[in-house]
Amino acid sequence: MRNRFVAQRVGFALLTLAALVVVIPILTIVATIFIRGAAAINWEFLTAMPRDGMRAGGIFPAIVGTIVLTLGTALVAIPLGVGGAIYLSEYARDTWLTRSIRLAIINLAGIPSVVYGLFGLGLFVLLMGFGTSIVAGSLTLAIMTLPIIISTAEEALRAVPTEFRTVSASLGGTRWQGIRYIVLPQALPGIITGVILGLLRAAGETAPILFTVAAFYLPRLPRSPLDQTMALPYHLYVVSTQVPGMPSEIQFGTALVLLGLVLSLNIVATTIRSYFRRRRQW
Amino acid sequence: MRQTPRVRWGEFAIESLIRVIGFSTVGFVIIIFLFLLREGLPAFAQIDLDNLFGTRWYPTFDLFGTLPLILGSALITITAIVIALPLGVATAVFIREVAPNWAREILKPMIEVLAGIPSVVLGFFGMTLVAPIVRETFGAPTGLVAFTGALILAYMSLPTIISVAEDALDAVPKLYRDAGLAMGATQWQTIWRVVVPAARSGILTAVMLGMGRAIGETMAVMMVTGNAARMPLGLDALFRPVRTMTATIAAEMGEVAHGSVHYHALFAIGIILFVITFLINLAAASTMFRKRRRGGLR
Amino acid sequence: MSEPKIQIQDVSYAYGDQQVLRNITLDIPARAITVLFGPAGGGKTTLLRLMNRLNDLVEDGRMTGRILLDGEDIYAPGFDVPGLRRRVGMVFALPLPLPGTIRENVTYGPKLAGLRDRARLDEIVERSLRQAALWDEVKDRLDSPANALSGGQQQRLCIARSLALEPEVLLLDEPTSGLDPISTAKVEESLLILREQYTVVIVPHSVQQASRIADYAAFFLMGELVEHQPGKRIFTTPVDKRTEDYVTGRFG
Repeated sequence: MRNRFVAQRVGFALLTLAALVVVIPILTIVATIFIRGAAAINWEFLTAMPRDGMRAGGIFPAIVGTIVLTLGTALVAIPLGVGGAIYLSEYARDTWLTRSIRLAIINLAGIPSVVYGLFGLGLFVLLMGFGTSIVAGSLTLAIMTLPIIISTAEEALRAVPTEFRTVSASLGGTRWQGIRYIVLPQALPGIITGVILGLLRAAGETAPILFTVAAFYLPRLPRSPLDQTMALPYHLYVVSTQVPGMPSEIQFGTALVLLGLVLSLNIVATTIRSYFRRRRQW
Repeated sequence: MRQTPRVRWGEFAIESLIRVIGFSTVGFVIIIFLFLLREGLPAFAQIDLDNLFGTRWYPTFDLFGTLPLILGSALITITAIVIALPLGVATAVFIREVAPNWAREILKPMIEVLAGIPSVVLGFFGMTLVAPIVRETFGAPTGLVAFTGALILAYMSLPTIISVAEDALDAVPKLYRDAGLAMGATQWQTIWRVVVPAARSGILTAVMLGMGRAIGETMAVMMVTGNAARMPLGLDALFRPVRTMTATIAAEMGEVAHGSVHYHALFAIGIILFVITFLINLAAASTMFRKRRRGGLR
Repeated sequence: MSEPKIQIQDVSYAYGDQQVLRNITLDIPARAITVLFGPAGGGKTTLLRLMNRLNDLVEDGRMTGRILLDGEDIYAPGFDVPGLRRRVGMVFALPLPLPGTIRENVTYGPKLAGLRDRARLDEIVERSLRQAALWDEVKDRLDSPANALSGGQQQRLCIARSLALEPEVLLLDEPTSGLDPISTAKVEESLLILREQYTVVIVPHSVQQASRIADYAAFFLMGELVEHQPGKRIFTTPVDKRTEDYVTGRFG
C-alpha cells in the first residue's frame, strides 16, 4: 500500500521537475536579455542611424524597417486571412474542396520559413520584378502569416453560437447580413487577437526576408515601397555573427528591442482576448 | 414588411470575393510548390545524381552532395525531439493533471512567451550563453555543435508539443479517470497507466508537429551549429559542428548568381524540405481529421 | 371559408437517410391559431421551419412536395427568401436575444429591410413591444442590454422582434417551454390578441396549452399527420384511436 504512494510522490516530483526544466530557461532567456540589453538602451540607440560599421550609433532604420514591413504584411494578410476564415466558417460545406483548403492551410503553416524566402525570391523579387524591396518582403511575410490568421479567426467565428445566425435569417437577414451585423462584431476581439499573433510572428522572422528585402547595412530610412530596408531580426543576426569586434551592448540592445516589441504585442493580444471573453454576452 | 432592400449586387460581389479568397489558399500551396520545382528541377538535370546525393557539399568545386545536410537536419531534429518529447509530455501532464491552479496560471503564459520569442533571439542567446556552457561541460573545442542546436530546437518545439499534448489529455473522457480511481489505483497510477496511454495518438500528432517545426527551423540553427558541411557520423557527431538544409539555403542564397547551378541546387534543397514537411504535416493532419470524424456530433 | 393562408401539399422531409415527415397535406387558415401537437420527434418543428425556409440552412436536408403562401410556391426557384422570412416570422423554443440592447433587437429586422428613419423605427419599437405585452416593463430601459431581461421578458422580446417586421404569419416553436406559469399566461394572452391580425402557427409545449389556445389543431405522430380538425373538438372527440390515447394521457 505504502509503496504505491511513494511511487506517486516520486512521479509527481518528476513532473514538477520537468515543468521547472521547461520554465527556468525561459525565465533566464528573458531576464538575461532584459538586464544586459537595458544597459544599451538610450535615446540615441533608438533614434540614431548606425555608425562605424554598425559598431556605434543606433538601430533606428532597423526599427522603422520592421514596423514598415509589419504594416505591409498586415495590409495583405488581414483581408486575405479574415476573408479565408469567413469562407471556411460561414460558407464552406463539407466537400473535397473544403477539405483540400483545410489541408492547404495546415501545410502552409508547416512550410519552413526559409522556403517562404526562396519562394518570395523566385516569385516576387525575380519573376514579378519587385526586386529586393519592401513590397516583395511584405508579400512573402503575408503568405507565411496567412495560416495563423485564418485558423485563429476561424476559431473566433465558429465560437459565435449558430443560433444567432438562425435568428438573423429568421428576421429576413441574408447570410451576409448575419455575418456583417452579428457574427463579425461578436468575433472581432478573437480575430484581432489572431491577427496580432500572426503579425508578431512576421515581425520576428528573419529567414523569409533574407533574400527578399533585408539590407545588411543601409543607414537611412526606406524611400519607397520598392526600396530595401534594414529590419530588427536580420540586424540582430548581422551584429551577432557577421561583424567582428561588435560590442556586446549593441547585440543585447538589439535583441531587447526585438524581444520587447514582440512580447508587448503578445501581451496586447492576450489582454484583448481575456478582456472580451469576460465581457461577452454568451 | 415587404420593403425589399436595395439591389443585392454589392453583397453578391463580396460573397464571391470571399469564395475566391478561400480557394486562393490552395492556390498558394500549389504556386509555392510549382515555383520550387521551376527553380529547383534544373539542378537535377545539371548535376549528376551521384554528386547531388553524394557526401561532399563544396559548391565552389561543383560538389553538391546534399547527404551531409540531410543527415545534419535529421540528427539535430531527432535529438531535439528526444529531448523535447518527454519534457513536453511531462509538462503537459503536470499542467493538466497535477499542477495547482496558481502554477498553471504561471506556466501557461510562460510557454506562450517561449512560443513568441523570435528564432533569431533564441539563436543569439544560444550562441552567447548556451554554447560556452556546452563547450565547458563536454570539453569540446567549440560550443557551436549539433547538440547546442538540438537543445535550442527542443525548446522551440516545446510550445507546440505541450499544447497539442494538453489537448490530447483533455480529450480523454473523465470516465476513464474515474474508473481508474474507483478500482483503487492512485492518481499517479491512473495518469500513467490509463490517461497517458489513452492520449497516445494525440501525443503522436504532437511529436510530428514538433518535428515539422524543428526540421524547418533556420536562424537559430544556423547561429549555433557551427555550419560545417561534414557527414555527421560517429559517436561524437553530436558534439561536432553540423550543417542543416535550412542553414545552407539561408547562408548561401544571398551570395549566388541567380540562374547558376548553385542557385538551382539551393532550390532543390528547398524542394526536399518542402516535401519532407508536407509529408509530416499530412500525417499529422490525417490523425487529427480521423479524430474529428470519430468524435464529431453528426 | 376563404383561401387558406398556407397550403402544405404532400410534403416529405429527410435529414440524410432519416425520414422525419411523410406526405403531409395541411391547410393553415388565415387569422387563426393553428396548433401542431404530438409527442416529441413527430416532425412538428421541422414542418414549422419549412414554412419560412429556415431549413435551407441545414446541409443534408431533402424536401419533396410543395408549400404555398397565398397560393404562391415558396420553394419556386428565384423566390425571395429573405422577403419570405419577413412575411413569415419565427419565435424559437429558447429565448435568443441578439447581442445588443432591447431597442437594437427590435429594430434589427426592419433595419436589414432597409428602414433607416429614426421616427418610424421608434414607432415600430413601441408598437411591437406593446403587442408582445412587454412595453410597460421595459419602456424606461430600451437601451440596456437585452440579455439582462428575465427569461419570460426575453421570450416576449423575441416575439416583439418578429412582430416588428409586421409579418403575415407568425410561427412559434414551443415558445413557453422555458417559462414559468405567469410568463406563460402572458405569452398566451398576447397570442390570443395577435390572432385577430396574424396567422399564427404554434407548436405548444403541452396538450393543455394546445387545448387552451387552438382554433385549429393537427396531431402529429412519428412524421405523420394523424388527424386535424377545426376548433377544440380534437381534444374532446378525437376520431383516431392514437389521438385519443395521446390526449387522454395514455402515452407521450
